[in-house]
Amino acid sequence: MRALALIATVLALQMAPAFAVQPDEMLRDPALEARARALSQQLRCMVCQNQSIDDSDAPLAHDLRVLVRERLSKGDSDGQVVDFLVARYGEFVLLKPRLEWRTVLLWAVPPGALLIGGATLFVLARRRRSLASKPLDDVERRKLTELLDRPNR
Amino acid sequence: MIPELGHYSLVLALALALIQSISPLIGARTNDSALMRLGNSTALMQFAFVALAFAALAACYLTSDFSVVNVYENSHSRMPAIYKFTSTWGNHEGSMLLWVLILSLFGALVAAFGLNLPATLKANVLAVQAWVASAFYLFILFTSNPFLRLADAPFEGRDLNPVLQDPGLAIHPPLLYLGYVGFSIAFSFAIAALIEGRIDAAWARFVRPWTLAAWMALTVGIAMGSYWAYYELGWGGWWFWDPVENASLMPWLAGTALLHSAVVMEKRDALKIWTILLAILTFSLSLIGTFLVRSGVLTSVHAFANDPTRGIFILGILVLFIGGALALFAWRAPLLKQGGLFAPVSREGALVFNNLFLTTACATVLVGTLYPLALEALTGDKISVGAPFFNLTFGPLFIPLLAAMPFGPLLAWKRGDLYGAAQRLMAAAGIALLAIVITFVAEGGDVTLAPFGIGLALFVMGGALSDLAERTGAFRLSFTTARRRAAGLPRSVWGTAVAHFGMGLTLLGIVCETHWSAERIVALRPEQTVAIRHYQLTFDGIVPREGPNYREQAAKFTVRSGGEVVGVMTPSKRTFAARGSTTTETALMTHGLSQLYLSLGDFNADGSIAVRIYQKPLVLLIWLGAVVMMLGGGLSLSDRRLRVGAPKPAQRKPALAPAE
Repeated sequence: MRALALIATVLALQMAPAFAVQPDEMLRDPALEARARALSQQLRCMVCQNQSIDDSDAPLAHDLRVLVRERLSKGDSDGQVVDFLVARYGEFVLLKPRLEWRTVLLWAVPPGALLIGGATLFVLARRRRSLASKPLDDVERRKLTELLDRPNR
Repeated sequence: MIPELGHYSLVLALALALIQSISPLIGARTNDSALMRLGNSTALMQFAFVALAFAALAACYLTSDFSVVNVYENSHSRMPAIYKFTSTWGNHEGSMLLWVLILSLFGALVAAFGLNLPATLKANVLAVQAWVASAFYLFILFTSNPFLRLADAPFEGRDLNPVLQDPGLAIHPPLLYLGYVGFSIAFSFAIAALIEGRIDAAWARFVRPWTLAAWMALTVGIAMGSYWAYYELGWGGWWFWDPVENASLMPWLAGTALLHSAVVMEKRDALKIWTILLAILTFSLSLIGTFLVRSGVLTSVHAFANDPTRGIFILGILVLFIGGALALFAWRAPLLKQGGLFAPVSREGALVFNNLFLTTACATVLVGTLYPLALEALTGDKISVGAPFFNLTFGPLFIPLLAAMPFGPLLAWKRGDLYGAAQRLMAAAGIALLAIVITFVAEGGDVTLAPFGIGLALFVMGGALSDLAERTGAFRLSFTTARRRAAGLPRSVWGTAVAHFGMGLTLLGIVCETHWSAERIVALRPEQTVAIRHYQLTFDGIVPREGPNYREQAAKFTVRSGGEVVGVMTPSKRTFAARGSTTTETALMTHGLSQLYLSLGDFNADGSIAVRIYQKPLVLLIWLGAVVMMLGGGLSLSDRRLRVGAPKPAQRKPALAPAE
């Protein structure tokens, strides 16, 4: 099943036999570089299958990594870098989509499923408890006496 | 001749499956035991013919018969024999053949070993199994025939994708399919129960061993795939939340939930409807996974739209089976009688809690995987849902699940004593707290999630041990008594504890890998040394080497620790002439449960090479934990109760008459 992922990787490799973050791309300032790495992991390499630019070997990912570092060196905040990239490449570049109308369902499912599931269980449990604790009606009581009074064998 | 034989066998298997789809069903309706028994022989013969077809394709690969398109496109005469064999399923058509081989294997196993099953249930199960099989035989024969010939046989093949030329291909897909497809048995049992309109605790006992076996294979299959990606892809990750991975994770989550709810049904006759639904959903997720991976829809929605034959066919199968099963469920499930009341705090309650979180986690993965596809298909908008989304949503769902895990086995059925269970977990909780404090101090007081992760993992493991200690009376009773009680414990109790312990191991590995992995990315010239943790790696130089069907540039590194040479690592770059493609082969050095990981990057003009070096503490626990989980499943599977099967009632209770 992983075959496809691997094939996609190979395709990427064939385009450029390089690999993810290169030593010459990295910034001298460790704090800034750490921010660049963290940001890179949130950004998608658009020509790859579900890879972040931090992981990807594609030339485009390389360009984006350099771009992120350039912006950071110029003093952009993380948010500004992300905004810049979204303005340029669209929401597709974000591996974690922003919460907006079209992604409401996506973000609502995890907590929603838990809440609805929990509420259903709660209601079912209450209904069953009330069912279980209901006193016997006349017919049931008569049946019970009959059974109890019946001599064994 | 051999490919034609394989093709013909597959057609015969389809014919047998069609017979098996109908006759046992009629037999079960009319109480005709001859018709019902027909299901057994067709199931066995079906497997024999699919095995023959598979053997034929494998023979084509082993003899490098390039007149067969499939072999020509995915093999090469100079490949080692093991890769020639594994390329049989290293492509779309062949992997579908493996899929139906395993499907028919499970059908045959039910026919051969389901001796204690009620005749009508077995007949119906085999019929449903044959419906699924027929659909996939048709899919292979009409859209993905691996036996097609070329008019002029080429001299040489186009080689297997180099990334797949790895022992991983021999292990990972067969195990994964055993798990994936194995859940079809649970599905068939669920549909058969709905057709009969009758279900009892014995049903759960029949279905549990099959589910357990499939779950074990899937657990290890996913873990092996993860390890394969870890060493093959070269950037040190072991889980990428790739849709292809999610496709295998979803049936695992649902299957794990199914295992747990089936316990409740077997022991307490409760959660029947839910268990049936889970059995349907688990295999449906396997089908959805097959659709995602096999239709090409993941590569791009547009690629799917351009050549939709295969995709539409699987989508048809998907709609037919999932839709049909759910419709049948909606119609017949109300006939099933609910039994077994229980208090919220009880073993049953804990298992329901487990099911709630596992299914929510599964829904999260499902929506995260399908949302971008659906959004693009509906609106044309493109968004990405990747690791950061899943880490944020999936992670928090697993924390309460794991925290509650040690409590479950300590609670009594029907009405449990939470306070008592908590008391028995004092030791485990104490160890966990101590670990949190130590890690916190060792980390220099930084507030991160790591200490809590370590604490949670130790709590889970300690909880599993506490359960065993409690039941055997170790630390309380004399050694001999404890040993006698340990020998007397049902295997399934051991299985639960071992599997839960394995989950803790995996979590410990994940936390350590994620938080304490050290990374160096540097360009090195020969004779230069780089240090990572307490290791010094000296780059000795590049050694060219020749493999059977590739050439490689291996970089030799001498690894020292404290001045002593501890080993040599040779990561390499391989060039495969046939496809003109390059792969990076990482080098791994294992010390205990930790690994040193080396992967090559660019070779620069100035003679230096870029390298990525990781030191990953306790990383092997991630996969070892999965193996331990599988062992736990195995212990549970060997429980006498499951081997012997359910006792047969002297007189079968009359079936609950369907309302028609």
